[in-house]
Amino acid sequence: MKLIFLVLGMLPLLAQAADMATKINVSSCEACHGQKGVGKNEFPRLAALEATYFVKQLQDFRTGTRSNPMMQPVAKSMSEADMSKYAAYFSKLPQPAAQPSSEGAALLAAGESLAKNGDWPNGIPACFQCHGAKGQGISPDFPQIAGQPARYITVQIANWKSGARSNDSVGLMKSVADKMTDEQIKAVAAYLSQGVTK
Amino acid sequence: MRIAILLLLVASSAFAADEKTFTPPAERDMPKNEFGDAVRLGKSIFTDTQHYAKKYVGNGLNCSNCHLDSGRMADSAPLWGAYVRYPAYRAKTKQVNTFEERLQGCFEYSMNGTAPKSGTPEMTALVSYAYWMSTGAPVNTKLKGAGFPKLNKPALAPDFARGQKVFTDNCQICHGSNGEGIKVEGKFVFPPLWGKESFNWGAGLHRIDTAAGFIKGNMPLGKGGTLSDQESWDVATYVMSHDRPADPRAKSGVAAAKKDFHEENCKYGETVEGHLLGE
Ligand code: HEC
Ligand code: HEC
Ligand code: HEC
Ligand code: HEC
Repeated sequence: MKLIFLVLGMLPLLAQAADMATKINVSSCEACHGQKGVGKNEFPRLAALEATYFVKQLQDFRTGTRSNPMMQPVAKSMSEADMSKYAAYFSKLPQPAAQPSSEGAALLAAGESLAKNGDWPNGIPACFQCHGAKGQGISPDFPQIAGQPARYITVQIANWKSGARSNDSVGLMKSVADKMTDEQIKAVAAYLSQGVTK
Repeated sequence: MRIAILLLLVASSAFAADEKTFTPPAERDMPKNEFGDAVRLGKSIFTDTQHYAKKYVGNGLNCSNCHLDSGRMADSAPLWGAYVRYPAYRAKTKQVNTFEERLQGCFEYSMNGTAPKSGTPEMTALVSYAYWMSTGAPVNTKLKGAGFPKLNKPALAPDFARGQKVFTDNCQICHGSNGEGIKVEGKFVFPPLWGKESFNWGAGLHRIDTAAGFIKGNMPLGKGGTLSDQESWDVATYVMSHDRPADPRAKSGVAAAKKDFHEENCKYGETVEGHLLGE
């Protein structure tokens, strides 16, 4: 008797999982974005990325306000419904554990200072004013940046400078990127790649 | 010829003396002793007033929401620009005010709270922070970057409807469609521009000219200087045409307070969109 109730109770869940599995192919994403979407090098972490932001990025790859030769064809082949399903799946995966960085302490300290205090004399607010006190994001417009691979962060900032990425609301991120020096980019990317820290 | 050059030099150096530049000491140079502890507490109060001076605050703001970069940034009324210019006569109070009294004013109006008295740990810490930040600055001098910049009058009379459009396009993403700001885990990450958690009708920023100067210089965050003068005046007019906490000086009604305290560039006591502002 108890067992039947248990099985009945699980039916909707099972159905949902089956539905997901038939419509989306998560392992095709994992080929680039890593197992469980943890990210590596220029491939962003997808795990725990906010769902609304996730869908917006896919749409932006499709319209071309965010350009990338690897990801654009993937986005262009997706339906709106698929986008929401991938977003639902990845946004619910657990936050990957913090990763120590191999960079030196001085560089990491400079990165931490830029993230937390900014560089106001050069017009740069603290990254965490827009991206949350620990870089965990402010839903829905400001994504989590803590825990993204250093290489990916560096590429994004370069893309805003060059115009390859122009999908930020009110041009907020471009205005920050344009003012950053190479040294600052290196430092903050290394610091952030460690994940959400205390 | 020589004399002319000499005169020019004298004239230009006199001008430079008028607007001395100043760089405050670096954060890492805060002294590591008892005085340094007071300075550090002062900085904490300034940047997290909500936590460190909670009992004196009646809204959701921190001092550093308007005095950017922890009170360091030029053109956002930095502490080093202010400290060396008090005591001073103020039209607002019709008296000579000390620096402490100036700080108390910001608590009563900008923070919609009650001012900490002279000698309280909070007041001592704030004054210590401002004093330390002014290390090496000449007293009784208007330094370059002190105060908020004044904007020229715009070509067209400032307009609520145009301001609303500027707001929707540039400000709403952070400050919310009702100017209510954005909170995360109970703390404001983007401060409220109007409504009960914002500054009151006695605060300097409710004046449209002051707000226009602040906005032009600093907003949208990270994009200071990108709005035109016209857009800055328009959006300031829109923001300052909404309800906010009452002017604590308005003891006998809005109409009287308008006459006594609001003979200035503001919307207090006017009816906007069918609503009397200041009630
Ligand atoms: C061929 C490699 C590749 C594959 C396969 C791939 N991606 Fe990507 N993806 C990328 C790269 C590279 C980027 C970063 C693009 C850039 O630099 O702007 C990216 C970016 C993204 C982003 C933006 C993340 C952010 O933080 O802004 C999302 C969302 C995304 N991919 C989802 C997916 C999904 C869902 C799939 C599977 C259907 C997938 N990707 C498959 C390479 C790939
Ligand atoms: C004034 C606000 C603001 C500040 C300050 C800011 N950012 Fe951003 N940032 C944004 C916005 C908005 C986006 C999202 C763009 C979009 O919608 O695609 C963004 C996106 C990003 C992304 C891309 C994330 C992803 O996975 O797609 C990175 C990386 C980033 N910011 C890094 C930084 C760093 C590093 C700093 C500090 C030096 C910083 N940001 C400061 C507003 C800001
Ligand atoms: C809502 C914005 C706002 C907040 C919050 C705020 N202030 Fe102010 N503050 C102003 C404005 C505007 C002026 C200039 C007033 C004027 O010129 O009419 C000012 C002036 C000052 C001055 C004098 C500056 C000078 O150059 O004469 C000091 C000192 C000061 N504030 C300290 C503080 C402290 C301390 C706090 C927190 C307890 C605080 N302020 C909170 C807006 C603010
Ligand atoms: C990227 C987010 C962002 C955008 C966009 C933005 N602001 Fe702000 N604004 C802030 C933050 C954060 C502060 C507090 C500054 C600090 O603490 O360093 C602030 C402070 C203010 C203040 C003073 C504090 C208060 O609560 O009154 C005013 C006024 C203001 N903004 C107006 C505007 C206007 C007008 C616009 C559009 C033209 C705008 N802001 C766009 C983030 C933003």
